[in-house]
Amino acid sequence: MNYLYRRRLFVNRFNLVMSLGTMCFGMAFLLWILAVLVWQGFSALSPTLFTQMTPPPGSAGGLANAIAGSVLIVFVATFISTPIGILAGIYLAEYGKEGWIASSTRFINDILLSAPSIVIGLFVYTVYVAQVNHFSGWAGSVALALIAIPVVVRTTENMLHLVPNSLREAAVALGAPMWKVILMVTLKAVRGGVITGILLAVARMSGETAPLLFTSLNNQFWSLDMNAPMANLPVVIFQFALSPYEDWKSLAWAGALLITLTVLLINILARSVFRQASTR
Amino acid sequence: MATPSTAAALPPHMSISEPRRVTRDPEPPTASRAAGVWQDKLFENITRFFALLVLALLLGILLALGYSALPALDKFGLSFFTTSVWNPVTSDFGALAPIYGTLVTSVIALAIGVPVSFGIALFLTEMCPTVLRRPLGTAVELLAAIPSIIYGMWGLFVFAPIFGDYIQPLLQKIFGNLWILGPLFKGAPNGIGMLSAGIILSIMIIPFISSVMRDVFEIVPPVLKESAYGLGCTTWEVVWNVVLPYTKVGVIGGIMLGLGRALGETMAVTFVIGNAYRISASLFEPGNSIASALANEFNEAADPVHRASLIALGLVLFVLTFIVLALSRLLIARLARGEGNKT
Repeated sequence: MNYLYRRRLFVNRFNLVMSLGTMCFGMAFLLWILAVLVWQGFSALSPTLFTQMTPPPGSAGGLANAIAGSVLIVFVATFISTPIGILAGIYLAEYGKEGWIASSTRFINDILLSAPSIVIGLFVYTVYVAQVNHFSGWAGSVALALIAIPVVVRTTENMLHLVPNSLREAAVALGAPMWKVILMVTLKAVRGGVITGILLAVARMSGETAPLLFTSLNNQFWSLDMNAPMANLPVVIFQFALSPYEDWKSLAWAGALLITLTVLLINILARSVFRQASTR
Repeated sequence: MATPSTAAALPPHMSISEPRRVTRDPEPPTASRAAGVWQDKLFENITRFFALLVLALLLGILLALGYSALPALDKFGLSFFTTSVWNPVTSDFGALAPIYGTLVTSVIALAIGVPVSFGIALFLTEMCPTVLRRPLGTAVELLAAIPSIIYGMWGLFVFAPIFGDYIQPLLQKIFGNLWILGPLFKGAPNGIGMLSAGIILSIMIIPFISSVMRDVFEIVPPVLKESAYGLGCTTWEVVWNVVLPYTKVGVIGGIMLGLGRALGETMAVTFVIGNAYRISASLFEPGNSIASALANEFNEAADPVHRASLIALGLVLFVLTFIVLALSRLLIARLARGEGNKT
């Protein structure tokens, strides 16, 4: 055991232990955040959360209008983004083998995937809200859809690339036109993966706050009118958490727990759907 | 009934010995086949339209923000980017303080996030038992799934008090008197400020950087690693001298991806950065990032110049993240291409 050998062994052990340490560091924060959420959120969780409206300061209430608003906005946004994302993804995977359109779209899409969501909100504000002069649920849905589209495009394209070419050739050899081959054979073969992409997009949208600040804003009352400002969980949490009132803060924690549980559940669901689809 | 075996009974042109002579006129295209061609073209063009829509989105963002920011850029010109005054009362706006805050918090995030992500990627690719690999990998990715606003609330109500009570005084005690690091840790340790924002950002970008690092570490040809192990290298030496040089372009791409995320992160930073337009050397002082300035002020900005200035800030942020993310993509793509050539 000479000096050099011992030093190398020591460096190796030290760095591997540090690596284990970083893993624990990451996990510690995940568990810490979840523990705080459960701790603070559960005490505020009650049935009235789902039946009563967001209260004025200093009185009890629930989050019913915010929950309904969030669900509605995300639902509409999913409805807008799914067809656009899937069709664009089909173009990239099936038609865009060469040519500048596909390669530049792919590049831009990857950038939009990580683009700051607050800028998307600002964009929708300038082209929609500022033109019609009022905040609205529609604007919120459009902003969220713009965030979801790149996610759907990316997963759809990736999934379609997994389809073996022999499957396409078999369908074409039977005389099916390309659009039928794509819609009824290749897309069908990877529908599990595509659904995963949509679920991930929904999860991403459910937690987004920044783009909704300038688009759907907030509404203290029950409203399902998509053409008016609309309450939604993230913005309500933002407003209530930064307020000085204790009951608002505890409502914010309850909302935070709801959102996080939803998002994590959708994420885990998406992964299991994908695993099932890919092992079949 | 004539059976095929009675070849002599058949007319000469139908003889079985020469089946290839049988020819048919090409069928005229039937209605359904013509429709197929037409529908194919239509379908291709529809999908191309939506692909172009994604492209148009980028141009649309640039044009719309650029147009709406014009009043501010007209009024202040280039000095908008070099002054740090932000005064809604006198309608004087300069972008320097938020830009500074954005850059500083992102640099802090990278300084903490990159080594930690590297450690996690190393652990998951080289050390982790195979059974645990998937659950632990998923757990790290869940860090990315937690909404930004949750990080913000946790940061403000849980992390900041602990950080201000225990860690900041400790940092001041250790570094406070060193001549170059000292000024960084001056100020009241109240848990709110650029350093807290940077630390929370670092946790948020860890999953992005570590997942890129994991992906690129896994493309290293096993034969390279095996030869290094065969020469007697330790695990660390293999990672540091073989894996990392082989994948360095992709690793830098991953870091750029994390930087792009950190620059544009909004809600978490808004909660803990303190929202003050000032530039100070100390990391304990409150500051402001572009995204947090937008989240805090945009809805209250009634003055058109104020609003245009905020939109100009958003444009700066978008261009900045665009450049960083584009670089990241190019680097990762370059590694993937090189990989294709080598194997």
